[in-house]
Amino acid sequence: MNLTTKYLGLELKSPLMPGASPLAMRLDNIRKLEDAGASAIVMHSLFAEQIEGNAVAVSRHIERWQDNFAEATSFFPQGQDYLLGPDEYLDRLTAIKAATNLPVIASLNGTHLGSWTDYARLMEKAGADAIELNTYFFATRRDESSAEIEDRVLEIARTVRASVQIPIAMKLSPFFTSPVHLVAELETVGVNGVVLFNRIFQPEIDIETFDVVPRLGLSSPEDLRLRLRALALLRDQVKLSLACSGGVHSAAEVVKALLAGADAVQVVAALLRDGPDTLGNILTELKLWMDKFEYTSVSEMRGALSLRNCPDPEAYERGNYLRSLQLWRE
Amino acid sequence: MISRPVPQTATLDANEAVATVAYRLSELFAIYPITPSSPMGEWVDEWSAQGRKNLWNHVPEVIEMQSEGGAAGALHGALNAGALASSFTASQGLLLMIPNLYKIAGELHPFVLHVTARSLATHALSIFCDHGDVMACRQTGSAMLCANSVQEALDFSAIAHAATLRTRVPFIHFFDGFRTSHEVQKINLLSDDDLRALLPQGAIEAFRQKALTPDRPSIRGTAQNPDVFFQAREGANKFYDAVPGVVQELFDSFAVRTGRAYKLYDYEGAPDADRVVVVMGSGAETVAETSAWLNAKGEKTGVLKVRLYRPLDANALLAALPKTVRKISVLDRTKEPGAIGEPLFLDVAAALYESDRVGKVELVGGRYGLGSKEFTPAMAKAVYDDLATASPKKRFTVGINDDVTKLSLPYDEKFDLETDDTRRAMFFGLGADGTVGANKNSIKIIGEGTDLNAQGFFVYDSKKSGAMTISHLRFGPKPIRAPYLIANADFVAVHHFPFVERMEVLAQARPGATLLLNVATPADKVWDRLPSEVQARIIDLKLKVYSIDAYTVARAAGMGGQINTIMQTCFFALSGVLKRDEAIAAIKYAIKKTYGKKGDAVVAKNNAAVDAALAAMHEVAVPAAVTARFSRPPVVAKSAPEFVQRVTSMMLANRGDELPVSAFPVDGTWPTATTKWEKRNIALEIPTWDPALCIQCNKCVMVCPHAAIRCAAFPDADKASAPETFKSTKLKSAAAPNYQYSIQVAPEDCTGCTLCHKVCPAKDKTDLKRKALMMAPIEPLLAKERENFDFFLQLPPAPAALLEDTVKGTQFREPLIEFSGACTGCGETPYLKLLTQLYGDRLLVANATGCSSIYGGNLPTTPYTTNRDGRGPAWSNSLFEDNAEYGLGIRAGVDQLAVQSQQLLKELAPQLPAEIVNGITAADQLTDAGIATARGHVAALKKLLPALASDERAKRLLELADYLVKKSVWIIGGDGWAYDIGFGGLDHVLASGRKVNILVLDTEVYSNTGGQRSKSTPLGAVAKFSAAGKDTDKKDLAQMAAHYGHVYVARVALGAKDSQTVQAFIEAEKHPGPSLIIAYSHCIAHGYGLSAGLDQQKLAVDTGYWPLFRHDPERAAKNLPVDIMDSGAPKQPLSAYTKNELRYQVLFKANPERAANLADQAQKAVDKRVASYQQLAANAAAPKPAAPAAPATEVKPNN
Repeated sequence: MNLTTKYLGLELKSPLMPGASPLAMRLDNIRKLEDAGASAIVMHSLFAEQIEGNAVAVSRHIERWQDNFAEATSFFPQGQDYLLGPDEYLDRLTAIKAATNLPVIASLNGTHLGSWTDYARLMEKAGADAIELNTYFFATRRDESSAEIEDRVLEIARTVRASVQIPIAMKLSPFFTSPVHLVAELETVGVNGVVLFNRIFQPEIDIETFDVVPRLGLSSPEDLRLRLRALALLRDQVKLSLACSGGVHSAAEVVKALLAGADAVQVVAALLRDGPDTLGNILTELKLWMDKFEYTSVSEMRGALSLRNCPDPEAYERGNYLRSLQLWRE
Repeated sequence: MISRPVPQTATLDANEAVATVAYRLSELFAIYPITPSSPMGEWVDEWSAQGRKNLWNHVPEVIEMQSEGGAAGALHGALNAGALASSFTASQGLLLMIPNLYKIAGELHPFVLHVTARSLATHALSIFCDHGDVMACRQTGSAMLCANSVQEALDFSAIAHAATLRTRVPFIHFFDGFRTSHEVQKINLLSDDDLRALLPQGAIEAFRQKALTPDRPSIRGTAQNPDVFFQAREGANKFYDAVPGVVQELFDSFAVRTGRAYKLYDYEGAPDADRVVVVMGSGAETVAETSAWLNAKGEKTGVLKVRLYRPLDANALLAALPKTVRKISVLDRTKEPGAIGEPLFLDVAAALYESDRVGKVELVGGRYGLGSKEFTPAMAKAVYDDLATASPKKRFTVGINDDVTKLSLPYDEKFDLETDDTRRAMFFGLGADGTVGANKNSIKIIGEGTDLNAQGFFVYDSKKSGAMTISHLRFGPKPIRAPYLIANADFVAVHHFPFVERMEVLAQARPGATLLLNVATPADKVWDRLPSEVQARIIDLKLKVYSIDAYTVARAAGMGGQINTIMQTCFFALSGVLKRDEAIAAIKYAIKKTYGKKGDAVVAKNNAAVDAALAAMHEVAVPAAVTARFSRPPVVAKSAPEFVQRVTSMMLANRGDELPVSAFPVDGTWPTATTKWEKRNIALEIPTWDPALCIQCNKCVMVCPHAAIRCAAFPDADKASAPETFKSTKLKSAAAPNYQYSIQVAPEDCTGCTLCHKVCPAKDKTDLKRKALMMAPIEPLLAKERENFDFFLQLPPAPAALLEDTVKGTQFREPLIEFSGACTGCGETPYLKLLTQLYGDRLLVANATGCSSIYGGNLPTTPYTTNRDGRGPAWSNSLFEDNAEYGLGIRAGVDQLAVQSQQLLKELAPQLPAEIVNGITAADQLTDAGIATARGHVAALKKLLPALASDERAKRLLELADYLVKKSVWIIGGDGWAYDIGFGGLDHVLASGRKVNILVLDTEVYSNTGGQRSKSTPLGAVAKFSAAGKDTDKKDLAQMAAHYGHVYVARVALGAKDSQTVQAFIEAEKHPGPSLIIAYSHCIAHGYGLSAGLDQQKLAVDTGYWPLFRHDPERAAKNLPVDIMDSGAPKQPLSAYTKNELRYQVLFKANPERAANLADQAQKAVDKRVASYQQLAANAAAPKPAAPAAPATEVKPNN
């Protein structure tokens, strides 16, 4: 059985990898993931706010209290550089590279052009095999047009493309008006793949305390469907790599994502909940499924139910909508 | 010929310099933090955590102990085991080590203790310098080597380590606390080879051979009897005899290698001097400079610097004195009341007496510099001048005005001997504005980037919020000695303009000096803002004045509110220390060095700030005459009491040095209630109140750390006389109809922490961000609110019906701690405020040394205050380690008087109206009403007693009658005291069963000394001495105490459940035996903005980190469960709490692997802790036969 796949130009032993999450913060997790059969490591995100904001926090809460009072000229151990900014991320990247033979995909998260994009270059220097750029952004102002937002994403992609040689994947939000068009544009500026999709922080209102609280729970298999359609629509219209991210909890979702057209499938929630070893179980189940339905390779599966290949393309398009409504009526 | 290695220079303070040597020459440190030595321990701990190697390519271990006593024990053990051990301490810490110093010396272990000499607490605590501590060790058998400067401290630390190995006599290496320990100087460093060259061959091997080991068993610490003890004790004599020779040999070989030559007793001055001063410590430098100046004027003077104080080599000392000497003055930086003279004086006297000079030399002795009193050339000159008179004072003091015993020498305050080749700069900064940090940076830039020498010394004030820092910087081509503050500054910078209006910032400005002001006013309007005195001084001294609006420049340059780079740039541009272009280049180079790693953008931003600063700085035109029509406001209000006017106001004006001896209480007993006279005006924003929105919950009053926001309930009628802008509304209470309710801020005392706004639950329904309390800029509000607050203070107390034992009810009571110098947003003080609201009128406080003793008792002003009747907390601090015992003693003492008063009342009862006697004995003094009743009867009793004066017992009862009213004794301190150094005593006091209340303000680190780990520090948090994150769990003091059974215990967190806090304070006091309240106290050492302190408290509880718990033995009698858990099951993972605090988060940056591991462990520990509390509560709730017996309801002393 051939599980290999090509993602962002990287030859991977299987399509299954952990998505960006705190899992990668610990080296023992990395080793467990490798043992479980992960084909690559996607690191947790380095946030622009982290790069630009850490200095502020340290200055406000550590440095500010230095040399203030005779008995306490500081409140934290001296001689340590707390202004670690992205350095610790890069150190982590180096450590992960040393701990595993798997390709390591570093993740950079920001919304506007800024000094943070420089770190793509540093990530490349530190040994990243690819970069996943996350431009999570939610438009909040009335004077922001959808075109501006798309332009900004493209601008970031162009900037990073110009500064690194390694492959770039863009992790996108599901809320673009014309995602296929945007992805096609990204392909023209040299992006090597897209990750579908970001999970969105959504506010919650506490009606007891009147607080607005940001909430982000773990995904559920329900979340997969949004991804399946996008994969199926994109598979035949662009050439870049497609990764599915969000809603993959078991082999069933992996199968679906591959059939819709994914080159790679990222798992997060299941690993956070049940531990890194879970990835191995999913892989085993995937093989069992492939065996059962006589697939000998992942490449046979990839896109077998894409928009073009789907016996009923309407299912991905507007007809699906009508039919669903019909279902409810009945 | 030996070629001398090129010395590397650096700008360091002595603490860091000494630590670099001690670290390289030791294998083990057992330490305990104490000011001003703490940084040495912190340095070695950090280097150890970083894996730095010592001279033998080995990483020394650093063990933080629970006290200096513990550290000394551990050191003694390590030495016996054969490990090279060292430590650092000062003051009371050194005293706690004395028993082991005798042991270490008695057993001839090579050992060096580096001491930053500091005053001992007597009539008051002082963190500052004198030699009281080291002088208390001169009899221990330790050798004592004194360094007078930063360079000498570095050099002598190496000499001491080498000498102890050669002689086997332990060494105390000491240097002046703060003056030397914290002075930044450009010095020559010592390389590893320099150190290696000093180490004696074979000494370490010999030391190892002495190790206690079962492989070569021996026994130490025997008990010896009268037959042999004496002889055996004398056996060590020859080791002491050898010390001076060895130290001089080491000095000599050190000189060959480094070019820095020292003698045991270094004479400096005229070879034919007739007058010589003998002195130790930094003061010797001042005397030497002064002597040189006098000699240049033709006088014949000299100074003998004593370096090896023990063993004192009398012959060497005398030999160092010129034969021509006729008069000697010995200066001691210590006081031994009742002695013929101070120790160094007595030593010199004895040496002279035994020499052929006896009778040929006149000897006098004096004290100087106690508690870091400045010791200036003027004072040194006064000593020489007096010595030149026909009959010099035999015993004297210098540096003060002793108008009582007339011991002090007069001196000329104007005398100064600084020369024009040094540039001297002074900076008045606001704590937390980065001024000191920037100055340290400037010293590095100049000291390490040029051939110039540099010196920096920093003076901090006694407040923790809104404090002033004064930096004293000197630069010059020649080495800088001058261990005293600047008296003639070429450059004065005032980084916080209100200082200009509050104090004489130009007192030290020399004619023609440059003044730089940071002020948010255009340059052409700055002159108009200066008070007339300041204008006059500028004109008289022909100062050049420049101004900059640094905050605006900083914000525009994207630096937030950080003005340090901007002000530093102005200093470089104006001071003339370096050429302007050179200076700017140097500062930009430093920026690149500091921020280069953070990327070009950060560097560019800082460089832009430098350019912007230069562009925004303007010269202020100085007119020929004073134009201001206003002068500086008086330091304290005219209505202040006489003592405050006469004494406190001088201290507030930075003129405490001018006060004579007679101004002070002789025994350290000071009046309370003085913070109210110090209007600090540090808030930029204060709360404004919307009566319409307010739900009158009083939570804002409850959480205010400075008692700066208060509530009142007063009769409607009183409203008529209110100022126009005073706000009030109908009181929502059926218990008091026709009453008004008001919330009022003390605008000049508020620190702007925002906790009141944060806690306010009353939100505007249609705009939920608007609350009943909103912060607003103070400027337009100040005058009116000042008037409103004055009116507020005149209002009558709230009616008794409102004073329920609830959050709301307690806050209607008058707080009797107010306007302390605690940090903005302090997490401790709200608990103390609550305590004083409940029991302030009958409260005695024993306060352990720490933050709460500093904001509670640090002069010039103290916050504990009195109520309308003149009653209020009586507060006292004994030591750090003994507070529980101290409080127990207070309890026992009070009980003695109480029992006697009760007995006398009983005996005199037949002669007194039964109504009064019964009224007192029957009053339920567990309630406020009962206390009031008892007080009423006691007042009546006191009126009647004089009529019975023929009965001696009536006289005695009159003296003691007030003890018929119950007193509430509270033992208060932080976790460093309760969990560590004072735990043994605390445990004993809990076990005693006596009626004392113990309040632990738990900040989970030693906050006052800068965040060192205690046993309360949580798992996974970074603290000093746990730089890599603490890997053991916090000690559960509550459960330990609860196990006694008879102790009332509560864990509280005011920000999570204020009602439980109030309940605990009330139950604790009602409990007939000992009580212990452990109060979660957020702290700046946790690394987040304290405006979120209450949210963090809530998270601490919601995550299960801080279970709210009460153990109330009294409930057993009512068949109620004695263990109560007041918080529910955790609602969130621990990380929801820890993610907001840098003490946890920095570890995720520094060592994510370890951080994640510790975080896992911490979560498990929390799960376990919650489960154990739940289990306790569940067990308690289950029916069971009998609870442990509580002790007798009132414990009485044995009569």
